[in-house]
Amino acid sequence: MLSYVIVEYLITYQETETQLSMAVIVKSERLEFLLETQRNYWRVKLSQIEARNKARAVDQKAMQRLKENYRKWEEQILEPWLKSSQELDKDFQTPSNIKVERVYTPLDIGNFDPVRDAGLPGSFPYTRGVYPTMYRGKPWTMRMFSGFGTPEDTNKRLKYLINHGETGISIAFDMPTLYGYDADSERAEGEVGKCGCNISSLKDMEILLNAIPLGDVSSSMTINAPAAILTAMYAAVGERQGVPLKKLRGTVQADMLKEYIAQKEWVYPPEAHMRIIRDMMLFCTKEMPQWNYVSVSGYHIREAGADAVQELAFTLADGFAYIDLGIEAGLKVEEFAPRISFFFNCCMNFFEEIAKFRAARRIWATVLKEKYGVTNPRALLLRFHTQTSGASLTWQQPINNVVRTAIEALAAVLGGTQSLHTNSYDEAWALPTEEAVTIALRTQQIIAEETGVTDTIDPLGGSYYLEWLTNEMEERAFRYFDKIESIGGVLAAVKAGYLQREIAETAYRTQKRAEEGRDVVVGVNKHVVEEEPPISTLKIDLKVQRRQVKRLKEVRKQRDKAKVAKALQELKNAYKNPDANSMYQILKAVKAYATLGEIVNIGREVFGEWTEPSLL
Amino acid sequence: MAAKSISKRTEQKKIRILVAKPGLDGHDRGALVLCRAFRDAGMEVIYSGLLPTPEQVVQMAIDEDVDVVALSLLNGAHMTAFPRVAELLKEKGAGDIIIVGGGIIPPEDRKKLEKFGITGNFGPGTSLKEIIEHIESRVRKERR
Repeated sequence: MLSYVIVEYLITYQETETQLSMAVIVKSERLEFLLETQRNYWRVKLSQIEARNKARAVDQKAMQRLKENYRKWEEQILEPWLKSSQELDKDFQTPSNIKVERVYTPLDIGNFDPVRDAGLPGSFPYTRGVYPTMYRGKPWTMRMFSGFGTPEDTNKRLKYLINHGETGISIAFDMPTLYGYDADSERAEGEVGKCGCNISSLKDMEILLNAIPLGDVSSSMTINAPAAILTAMYAAVGERQGVPLKKLRGTVQADMLKEYIAQKEWVYPPEAHMRIIRDMMLFCTKEMPQWNYVSVSGYHIREAGADAVQELAFTLADGFAYIDLGIEAGLKVEEFAPRISFFFNCCMNFFEEIAKFRAARRIWATVLKEKYGVTNPRALLLRFHTQTSGASLTWQQPINNVVRTAIEALAAVLGGTQSLHTNSYDEAWALPTEEAVTIALRTQQIIAEETGVTDTIDPLGGSYYLEWLTNEMEERAFRYFDKIESIGGVLAAVKAGYLQREIAETAYRTQKRAEEGRDVVVGVNKHVVEEEPPISTLKIDLKVQRRQVKRLKEVRKQRDKAKVAKALQELKNAYKNPDANSMYQILKAVKAYATLGEIVNIGREVFGEWTEPSLL
Repeated sequence: MAAKSISKRTEQKKIRILVAKPGLDGHDRGALVLCRAFRDAGMEVIYSGLLPTPEQVVQMAIDEDVDVVALSLLNGAHMTAFPRVAELLKEKGAGDIIIVGGGIIPPEDRKKLEKFGITGNFGPGTSLKEIIEHIESRVRKERR
């Protein structure tokens, strides 16, 4: 019943065939050499892992004693117990289909080497954390993702959060901005300001960041297809505030690979977006050295339905693809790897999430060291932001979401996150109200300051179950890396629809499990109540669109038209020349008040638009 | 249980359904799950792919001669996009096509959408069974 069923009659409508222009990047000899010499890396790694699993424990005598003890326990204690009292009739497994045993003992991790596999905080392989003091030195950055309505609305919310102890800002943009349409575009109708803040030109960005000192705060912008344009706008506002580009700190998501895999907010075909990311990498390395230009994101992969193993594997595979991109562009891995950060989801299966974070750090450091030959420790660190899972929030009995978010946040902290966003309980209904967002922020503050979990580093390290699970997830991730490489890499796997189908398959399985009551969601398929009291939610009305359109018209009237036209023509030329760095022309166009839509459209003319392959 | 209801359905003409996301919204998890579930329930499923305009959705519905259009939006734009699809279908003389909706739709919007003949308007956590039964019951009424 759960078998894979192909929708036999299914059509994906395609617009005109997208013409891939010549402005794509060609694989360089540097990367070819690396790919050639490391062709069997994943296979070699898998056989090492298998050997590790089979290896015998160091202290055979102690192991023998444990085995004897375990056998006796089974015979004398467990079996009689089971005769009179059965275990629950449920599947003991993680959401990634990893079977969970009754109890874990040193026998399950008999080959565990505390030095090789765990290490110490701030030392290879960084399983226990990237810094030697972790939260004893500095708590994680409490960064609440926010944005709605007009730039004025979002500016007010950002300042509210800063005044309530938030330590970094994080901006959400609306759908037209994410897809590169101006507020007055036909495609933006009804969508302006709904899912985030609307930005149509530099003017909006100036208002959004008004009186927020960009020299002091670090900012995160969740934007992908137009990431280079928003980075340029941020830089332009920074300059106006008198902050040199070299001093600007922050992160722009710019992870297009996961857009094709999961979030699906793209404009151009993959090669074109990868080329623009390359330009941004080169620009930032030179001009904005404190700017993290790619935040490799598993969050959206998970929300689209992936399980924890898929999130781990696909995200790190994307990370390696960006490393390859930097090498192609002529950058040294040692120098640019520290500017690549990660962004993970944190769902409800507590231990699986913690194991995921630990495995992620170990895999990243190991592969960078072994496959890419990195020696500089700073370039081995997998630093990440976490957001608690939006998909785990329920529409039903919404106050329960406060509890879910708290548990997920705790797992992220025990997993060693560098920054954290906690969702608000009302987000299955709408964008959060100020009251709900305050509770979400307080949740982090309570974990940081009341629970004591931050007093010692990786307090669950050494747990038989957790170490076993960390190994298990690592191995499963390597199997995916090998599979993805056999398809021809991440881009080929996206074009073949492989990664998208893997996720859709898991999403369907998850939904079926919930429907059959095999996975419990409190308030949805168990402990259901009839009456649902409505909660008050944030409303975005159409006035936002009218205001944004009005401002856009003023911008168009006041700017120097010749200057805009010239900048856009120069950008077009840069896009057509695969060796040019388009980032300088984007910055110029932004400063001339070319609108977001106008700039994105230049790329539409040169690169065409992307249509996804049929998935079902 | 599912097998029984499918065999019962095969006695009738199969329901043709277009699953569509009429807007700037890449959240396709629910739409893709529904495509599979509708197929499992014996329907002929057509998926719009991502980012069609309401105009394109209506054209697809007419070209494909569907019984039902299932609209999904999680970006808050349902009050603009869903009624637009309903109006355009009427304009083009295809007002008999059933429209159902789903997404992040507040209770107060549901009533407004129903005035346009858009029913269901299911929120997160709705069971596939409930959605399928709703569609089947509307089709039965329409075909009577």
